[in-house]
Amino acid sequence: MTKINVLKHDMVPEHQIVGKDEEERVLKELKIGKDLLPRINRFDPAIKALEEINGPIDDDTLIRITRKSPTAGISVYYRVVEGGLFK
Amino acid sequence: MTTGISKRISSIQFALLSPDEIRSMSQVKVITADTYDDDGYPIERGLMDLHMGVIEPGLKCATCFGKVDECPGHFGHIELAMPVVHVGFIKEIKIFLEATCSSCGRIKLTLDQMEKYKHKIERFDFSLSDPENIGLVSKRITDDATRRKICPHCNAPQKTVILDKPTTFREEGIKVTPKEIRERLERIPNEDLLFFGMNSTVARPEWMVLTVLPVPPINVRPSITLETGERSEDDLTHKLVDIIRISQRLRESRDNGSPQLIIEDLWDLLQFHVTTYFDNQTAGIPPARHRSGRPLKTLVQRLKGKDGRFRSNLSGKRVNFSARTVISPEPFLSVNEVGVPEKAARELTIPVIVTQFNIESIREIVRVGPEARDEFNRYQAGANYIIRPDGRRIKVTAQNAEENSKKIDITWTVERQLMEGDIVLFNRQPSLHRMSMMAHTVRIMQGQTFRFNLAVCTPYNADFDGDEMNLHVIQKEEARAEARIIMKVQEQIMSPRFGGPIIGGIHDHITSMFLLTHKNPVFTEDETVHMLSYVEPAKLPEFHLVDGKKMFSGRDIFSSILPDGLNLKYKSKLCSGATEKCEYEDRPEDIFVTIDNGKMTTGTIDETSLGPFSGVIIDKIFRSLGPEEASKFVDRMTRLAVGFITMRGFSTGITDYDIPKMAVERIKEIGRDAEAKIDQLIKVYKDGLLESLPGRSVEETLEIEILRITGEARDGSGSVASQYLGMTNPSVIMARSGARAKMLNIAEVAGMVGQQSVRGGRINRGYTDRTLPHFKRGDIGAAARGFVISSYKSGLNPIEYFMHSIGGREGLVDIAVRTSRSGYMQRRLINAFEDLKVDDDRKVQDTIGSIVQFTYGEDGIDPTRSDSGESLDLDYVIYNLDKRGKK
Repeated sequence: MTKINVLKHDMVPEHQIVGKDEEERVLKELKIGKDLLPRINRFDPAIKALEEINGPIDDDTLIRITRKSPTAGISVYYRVVEGGLFK
Repeated sequence: MTTGISKRISSIQFALLSPDEIRSMSQVKVITADTYDDDGYPIERGLMDLHMGVIEPGLKCATCFGKVDECPGHFGHIELAMPVVHVGFIKEIKIFLEATCSSCGRIKLTLDQMEKYKHKIERFDFSLSDPENIGLVSKRITDDATRRKICPHCNAPQKTVILDKPTTFREEGIKVTPKEIRERLERIPNEDLLFFGMNSTVARPEWMVLTVLPVPPINVRPSITLETGERSEDDLTHKLVDIIRISQRLRESRDNGSPQLIIEDLWDLLQFHVTTYFDNQTAGIPPARHRSGRPLKTLVQRLKGKDGRFRSNLSGKRVNFSARTVISPEPFLSVNEVGVPEKAARELTIPVIVTQFNIESIREIVRVGPEARDEFNRYQAGANYIIRPDGRRIKVTAQNAEENSKKIDITWTVERQLMEGDIVLFNRQPSLHRMSMMAHTVRIMQGQTFRFNLAVCTPYNADFDGDEMNLHVIQKEEARAEARIIMKVQEQIMSPRFGGPIIGGIHDHITSMFLLTHKNPVFTEDETVHMLSYVEPAKLPEFHLVDGKKMFSGRDIFSSILPDGLNLKYKSKLCSGATEKCEYEDRPEDIFVTIDNGKMTTGTIDETSLGPFSGVIIDKIFRSLGPEEASKFVDRMTRLAVGFITMRGFSTGITDYDIPKMAVERIKEIGRDAEAKIDQLIKVYKDGLLESLPGRSVEETLEIEILRITGEARDGSGSVASQYLGMTNPSVIMARSGARAKMLNIAEVAGMVGQQSVRGGRINRGYTDRTLPHFKRGDIGAAARGFVISSYKSGLNPIEYFMHSIGGREGLVDIAVRTSRSGYMQRRLINAFEDLKVDDDRKVQDTIGSIVQFTYGEDGIDPTRSDSGESLDLDYVIYNLDKRGKK
């Protein structure tokens, strides 16, 4: 079976790892603590795909998701990688 | 008034009540099933013992010595003769029995497993973590333990425990008594409780088997005295009586050594009573009934469901200062007003604090008494109550009014009756959007109904076929100010649903304005003055002389209600929807509405201009000149519309659908042709020669083709009919202006009703292979499948009528099903979203502060202020800039 890079799929928005310095800037801009951001499971296919490119991703890494939006054209979301249980 | 917070909840803990705790919080051990003695005095140690609180005035609580309203009530307890299981914990008890050893009481895990799982579950802080997560982990652990057939600690073989619903446990067919269950649960060591997600410091499993039952305070189950003097006890008291009786009998039988069989029967009976005491709708047991046959309302029933404590009493409370009555229309009121009947206005009050600034006027209000009328016998606001600074209320009557008006002083409060100009909230259920509750100013009126302007029917979704609405009088200054600024009807003209006006002219308003502006008719001075007398214009519109007489054009008259500074150009709906060539296509003068600095020069006013949901003029006035001007425009427009249409006269009847005999024949022919075509098609199909469309079966192709033919026939007959029904026909005027009905409906009346359908297909139900016994089996012809050739005017034949009823019923059922289903769906959505808010960075957050959206709607646009969802109407802006540039 050929392996598919989910990130290249049309329906999957762009996922990016946010570096530590930038992360600080982003959180400051949002005026919010990291614990209040939405989360993304570390076993999420998009994170797994990112890991294959960039090597292992730690928990608590900030991920930037750039989506196409019907209202705003482009909208930027942030999620924090979370390990542990999945329901 | 105290506003400070006296106590703050720092944490809540859920645990099990231990028998000791039940006994220690109990004020009395209840031992007799009786309630009152012959004198009506509560029997000591009975279910109405005075230690558990008082409900009769005059008596004092034996525990706290408080009187009726002072004593909060106190618990008692019943010692059960034998233990019984608690229905609410059946599932948990089962897990404990299955996962632990029946002889040594340890959880059936090896020491290795225990070590491993211990790590997993110790990661959770029991008082802070999500119980759902703890539940998931403990479920995995207990599942593992359950599967083991031999105890790893004492090597005892394990039998499988089966739950015989609702409360009996069996091991290989033999019943495990509650006593036995309790003993087993007692054997489970504290260390093992961790694996079940149970915190051993606050709960023990054996407490899920009851030996002591708490008796709720009397305040929770008050007895009522009927008019006959008879006492009637609360359902809970009845149930507790049963429990005590059986418990006593069981104790006696056990103590004097009755046969095991009798004891077991009584034991089961006790279990039944305790179970129904908690939940009288437990599956598998008959509900306990009252003497009258009505099922008892026990603890669970008190809380659960629509009539339960949560939905009925906590989410939905009854309120004071409100009124409800039938609604009726009143075109002379502003959209911002509501007509309140005198009767209601006398009952509804507003508290006014007396100050040095208002003392004189308040004295006057009190002086005139509670039934005040002025010299013209008109309603005048009086006062119902005055409240002294110490909180005592004095009722104002016609007799003591004079005296009381002298008594009042600064810092007193006067409860004043409703007055013209007061602001109130007006609401119609179901309150599906925020426009279902808007603020109006009061107009006191004769009669018994609430009245309002017809333009506000749309946001409330109200009509006058018997609808009732609610009115709430705001009691505080802050709330009144807020209502005035954000809840008034004029502030709610724009809907957040689609970014356009939800308030606008309806039915006759649109017809009237259409007739006034279509082809720009002219009116005499008398006529003009008459219709403008409805709107209080600043001055008469421009006139032009025709044969030496002053004549006024319709568009100029309409312009007199438009505000200055409005520039607009748009296309009316006159030509939209017409499939064939529209008669106005070459007349831009009629199609394009041009408004130049508040003066309408070309075009026809119709639904696009004024209607709710579309209303371009209202939309643009609201945006450029604000809510005040927009509401004024709606007021004047509705008045002018009524003024004009009552003067002109407008009506429709069945004769409006008269068409020449020739046309009737032509329509009949179209119907016959369609039938012939269908027969032909069926013949081709039966010969097996029909070619199927791509991706369809032959049968489906046939149906599609037939539906196409019937559709064409209806449209064809419609266009034949409408050739003879021109713009002078009232029904056509209504349809083309968008006031009511569509051209399709006219075609149904004058032309042909057409194919009836169920679920998008031809009618295909009833008997085996046929819709009615009038047809041969397998007949798939036009008539047999619900093709109606007749028109409503000519009348339907019995078969057509039947088919039409089938199609009509589907519509009704659809509506009923849809409303209930979408209502529940919406309820769930609202409950899920109710406490989300948009902060000042336009982030959407929940109450904790977690982010739901980084920017509201991703673009941060408030849909109320958007232009049909778009952030800017560029065409309009450019058109206006252009206008301004030319000046």
